[in-house]
Amino acid sequence: MSAYLVRRLWQMFPTLLGVILFIFIIFNMVGGDPAYVLAGKISSPEQIANIRKELGVDQPYYVQLWIFIKQVFTFNFGASWSTNELVSDLFKTRVPPTLMVAIPLLVIDTVLALVLALTVAYYRASLTDRAVMIACTVAQAVSILVYIIVGQYFFAYKLGWFEVQGWGNSYFENQFKYALLPILIGVAVSLAPSIRLYRTFALDEINQDYVRTARAKGMSETRTMLTHVLRNAGIPVITNVLVQLPGLMVGIFLIERFFSIPGIGREAILAVERSDFPVIKAVTIYVAIATMVFNLLADLLYKVVDPRVQLK
Amino acid sequence: MSASASPVGATTARAFDPRAISAAAQSPNLWQLAWRRLLSDKVAVIAMCIVIAFILMSVLSAFGVYTKDWNREVGNNYAPPTFAPGDLSSSDAPPVVVTAASQTGDASALPYTFTTGVKDPLEAEMREIYGALGRVKSSAASAQSSPPGVTSSVVDPLAEDIIAIKKELGRPLDSGLPAAQFRGPVSSVKDPLEDDVIAINKELGRSVAGVAAVAGVMSVAAASEAKIVRAATLPLGGDKWGRDVLKKVIKGSETSILVGFAAAIIATIVGTVLGALAGYFGGWIDDLLNWFYSIFSSVPYLLLILAIAAVLNQKGVFTIIMILGLTGWSSIFRLVRAEYMKHKSREYVQAATAIGASDMRKMFVHIFPNISHVALVQLSLHVVLFIKSEVILSFLGFGVGVDTVSWGSMLNESQSELILGKWWQLTAATVFMAIVVTAFSLFTDALRDALDPKLK
Repeated sequence: MSAYLVRRLWQMFPTLLGVILFIFIIFNMVGGDPAYVLAGKISSPEQIANIRKELGVDQPYYVQLWIFIKQVFTFNFGASWSTNELVSDLFKTRVPPTLMVAIPLLVIDTVLALVLALTVAYYRASLTDRAVMIACTVAQAVSILVYIIVGQYFFAYKLGWFEVQGWGNSYFENQFKYALLPILIGVAVSLAPSIRLYRTFALDEINQDYVRTARAKGMSETRTMLTHVLRNAGIPVITNVLVQLPGLMVGIFLIERFFSIPGIGREAILAVERSDFPVIKAVTIYVAIATMVFNLLADLLYKVVDPRVQLK
Repeated sequence: MSASASPVGATTARAFDPRAISAAAQSPNLWQLAWRRLLSDKVAVIAMCIVIAFILMSVLSAFGVYTKDWNREVGNNYAPPTFAPGDLSSSDAPPVVVTAASQTGDASALPYTFTTGVKDPLEAEMREIYGALGRVKSSAASAQSSPPGVTSSVVDPLAEDIIAIKKELGRPLDSGLPAAQFRGPVSSVKDPLEDDVIAINKELGRSVAGVAAVAGVMSVAAASEAKIVRAATLPLGGDKWGRDVLKKVIKGSETSILVGFAAAIIATIVGTVLGALAGYFGGWIDDLLNWFYSIFSSVPYLLLILAIAAVLNQKGVFTIIMILGLTGWSSIFRLVRAEYMKHKSREYVQAATAIGASDMRKMFVHIFPNISHVALVQLSLHVVLFIKSEVILSFLGFGVGVDTVSWGSMLNESQSELILGKWWQLTAATVFMAIVVTAFSLFTDALRDALDPKLK
C-alpha cells in the first residue's frame, strides 16, 4: 500500500511539471509581453515595470520558468492585475462559497440518482425504463444555461420562493437562503447524466450470479437490491463522485456567475474577461493539482471499499 | 469490440485462398451488417433523419438561402410570434403597423434630412429611437382612459445597447472589433467619427427615457416609421431590434453545427493519429504521448478552453473550432491507443509484416479499418460535446464574434428579454438545440450498438 502510494506520488511529478510547462507556454510565450495586456488596465508605468520585473519578462525563458515554478510551490502568484488583491487571499475567500454549493449538490445528486438508477435498473427494459432513459436524454440535451436562466426567472423572480441573487456574511444565511436555489438547479442539471451512468453500474451487477443466488435462497427483492446490488454498484459510484469533484468546482462556475456567488468559478470567469493572467494561471494550476490528488484518492478508496481490488 | 473487428481481420488473413475471396464477396462486411442493424432500429432511423435534415438546413443557410438577411430589422422591436400574438394588444406591445400615411402626411421619414446626399451614420439609430417614441405615443393614445402609469412602464429600448457598448468600450483598445460594429447597420460604415457616434448614441439613449415620460404631448415622431414597414408579428417573433428570430435560430444552428462537426473532426484526427502512434510503437513514443495525455486530462476541459481563450483574446468561428478541436482529443487518444495495443499482435498484422508491409501501411491500411468504428462513435459523441461547449463559450462572450449568431449568443440576449416577458427567443434557441442534441445523442447510441452488438 505505502509502496503504491509513493510510486503514485512519484508518477504525479512529471504530470505536474507538464501542466506547469503547458500553462507557462500558453501565458508567457503565446501570451507575449504582459505590458500589452496591462497597458489598458494599469495607468502607472512603474507598476507595469514592477510586474514585468516580477515575471522576469526581459530575462531568458528558463529564468521565467523557474520564477513560475517557484510561484506554484510557494502559493505566491503576486497580486491580481485587476483588483490588486493577493491571489492567495483570493483563494482563501473564494473557495468556501464554492464548496458550500458543490458539496450539498454532490451529496443530494448522488443519493437521489442512486435511488432512481436502482429503481430504473430493477424495471429494466420495461416501458418505465425506456421512458426515463429518453427523458434523461432530452434533459441532457437542454443546455445548462437554460436551466439556470429559467429556474432563476421562475422560482426566484416570478414566484419569489428564493433570493434572485446575493451573498451574505453568516454561514446559515448563505447556506439556507442564497445557496438553496443554486444547489437545486445544480441537482436538476446533473441528475440526468448521473442516473444514466449509475444505471449502467447497477445493470452490471444485477445480472451477476450472486444476485440469482440471493433470490434463490428466498431473500426479499428489497433486501437483494439494497444490500447486495447497492453495495457492489456503489463502488464505482464512490470513485466516480470523487473524480468528479474538481471538475464540478469548475462546472458550477456558471451557476456562481448567474447567482453572484463569490466563488472560485465566478472569479475564474471574471479573470478571463479582464485578462487577469495571475488569477487564471493560479486557478488552472491548482484545479489541475486537485484533480490529480482526487484521482489518487479515488484509487485508494477503491481499495478500501472493495478488498478484492489489487493495487498495482 | 474484438468480435466485430474479426470478420475484416479474418478476410485479410485468408486473402491468399481463392475460395475465401469468393466467400468474402458474398457475405456482408462489418459496415453492411452495422448499416442493417442501424436501419432495423426505428429510433435510430428517426434520429438520423432529423440530424440529416438539420445538416441540410445548415448547408442551405450557409449558402445564403432564406437566412441571408438575418441581421435585418424586419419586424417591430420584440414582435411577438405569429402563433401567439396575444401580447399584441396588451400593455407596451407596438401597434400593428405604423405608416406615414396613417399618421400624418409628412414626406420625410426623419424630422431632418441631409441635403448633401451623405448617408447619415445615425440613420438607423434615429429610426429606432423615433420608432420607439412613436410606439410610446400610440400606446399612450390607445390607452388614454387607462391610468397614467402606462407610459412609465415603457422600458428604454436602448438601455441594453448602451450597456453593451460601454462594455465594448471598456475593453482594452487592441481587442478585436471596433465598438461601433456592435450594431448591424452602422458596421458597414467605418468612419473616423465612430467614437463620436457612439457617444451621441449613448446620449440619445439616455434621453429616450426622459422623453418617453412626456411622450403624450409629442408629435414630431409620428412619421418615424414611414419608409420601413415593420411587421407586427414574425413567425417565431422578433428580438430587441426586430430581427426575425426564426432566421436567427437557423443561422445559429448553422454556426453551432459547423463548429461541432469541424472541431470533432479535428479532435478525432488528432486523437486517432496520436493514439495509433502510441499504441502501435509503444516505448518512448507511448510514454511521451501518454505524458501529453495526462497533462490535457488533468486540467478540467472548460477551464483549459477558457485559459486559452483568455490568452488568444480573439473571437471567431475559426478560433473556437481550433481551440475545441486541439484540446478535446484526449479521450479519443486513450481509446484508440488501447485498440492499437490490442490489434498490433493479431495474426493479420503479423501476416502483413511477413509480406513486408511498412509500419505506416500496417497502422493505417490494415489496423485502422478494424478500429474505425471506435473513432466513428467518438466522432459522433464529440459533436454533441462540442456543440454544448460552443453554446457555453458563446454565451460567456468568448465564442463567436458579434457579427455572427449562435445559440449561445441568443441565450445571452434572451436572459434580459425574459424579465420583460419576451420568451420566444429563449424558447426558439432551446428547442432547436434540444432537438439537434437529442437526435444526435440517440443516433450515437444506436450507432454504437449497431457497430458493437456485444455491448447491448
